[in-house]
Amino acid sequence: MEKLRSSEDLESLFKDNMRLLVGGFGISGTPLTLLDAVAKFEAGNYEIVSNNLGDEGKGLHKVFEAGKIAKAIGSFFTINKEAVMAWSIGKLEINLMPQGTLAEAIRCGGAGIGGFYTPTAVGTRLAVGKEVREIDGVRYLFEKAIKGDIALIKASKADKAGNLVYHTTARNFNPLMATAAEVVIAEVDEIVEIGELYPEEIVTPHIFVDFVVESKYIKQGGTYVEIK
Amino acid sequence: MLKLNSREIIAKRIALDLKNGDVVNLGVGIPTLVSKYIEDKKVYLQTENGLLGMGPSALKDEIDIDLIDAGKDPITITPEASFFDSAFSFAMIRGKHIDVAVLGTLEVDRYGEIANWSVPNQPILGVGGAMDLVAGAKKVIVASTLFKKDGSPKLVESLTLDSSGERRVNQFVTEYANFIFQDGEIFIDDIYGDLTFEELKRRIGLPLRQK
Repeated sequence: MEKLRSSEDLESLFKDNMRLLVGGFGISGTPLTLLDAVAKFEAGNYEIVSNNLGDEGKGLHKVFEAGKIAKAIGSFFTINKEAVMAWSIGKLEINLMPQGTLAEAIRCGGAGIGGFYTPTAVGTRLAVGKEVREIDGVRYLFEKAIKGDIALIKASKADKAGNLVYHTTARNFNPLMATAAEVVIAEVDEIVEIGELYPEEIVTPHIFVDFVVESKYIKQGGTYVEIK
Repeated sequence: MLKLNSREIIAKRIALDLKNGDVVNLGVGIPTLVSKYIEDKKVYLQTENGLLGMGPSALKDEIDIDLIDAGKDPITITPEASFFDSAFSFAMIRGKHIDVAVLGTLEVDRYGEIANWSVPNQPILGVGGAMDLVAGAKKVIVASTLFKKDGSPKLVESLTLDSSGERRVNQFVTEYANFIFQDGEIFIDDIYGDLTFEELKRRIGLPLRQK
């Protein structure tokens, strides 16, 4: 398969100061294998766009512990105690966004839209410094679209062309991020032949996917376990 | 009969107001308990991480850790369930396709504006879907015990914590009574705890009306 790589093969794509879009909610739908590799790669000082910074010591948590995250844009970092600590001593910049605003900003980024007006967060601390506009009697907040240099996403299956399907709530931000970065790397549990996925079930068409990496994690006993 | 604790009383009272066919988003904490009391009403539970048709919590042997609710707990799905991405999920929320959002809260002001995302004396680094739900659900019900640990009411003249948005909620359900915000006034339409209307009025210190 042309797009198939091992995560180690992809190191040359990663450069200092890049903005990485990373899928996942908690760790459901997180590309754990890719993030293990990113934690070990030379490059760093990344700006991360992700709902949170990993969980249970997995995923982005490892990238953070490796000292490679300078800024995080997301909706929920309260669970990331170490990140909260780093933020409180000025070692990590955080840009907090409502979850729906984050999702829509990425959607717009991938859809060629420059920004959007949302009713969410008007009149709150998260609206400080942002344009407010009244449309048909409702106040909205302007939010810019978000794009990234590299998207690291997780799907359940890829066919050999790179078409993706997802599993249950592990879909979350992944299909959006697949549209919004220069380079898109998809970690998948399974690779199947072309024709094995119904065209109607494909969520992310292959043109959005540059590289596919097989996951080294399986689900076991209520968590994700690395297979050696 | 088993005596319900405050959280269960609140959850049960909220369930009473849900209607057949409602699309409902339940926040974490007390709101999650509401699903225990829905009984034979058919409501569709939406969870903002990408599912319409949430079923009960997953039992140990049926856990699929990909499949979680917004509080990251393993769940099951109902037969008519569907999955979607986060942008679609919040389109459903902001686009007024959710009939009722039930959310926890830390404070509610006299007009129904709430503060439910910043924890006192802690760095504010998590908001999740709270503000989108406040802004977008057709009806917002907030659930909380009525008094803070120091005995002061959570129903206040003006918020001391960070607001979750200028949209005012419809209802504040506590373990003592159901408060309704309407036309700039606070109405109590149901008292089921051990404080009378007069006692509630005295302890809250705001103008209240009985419905």
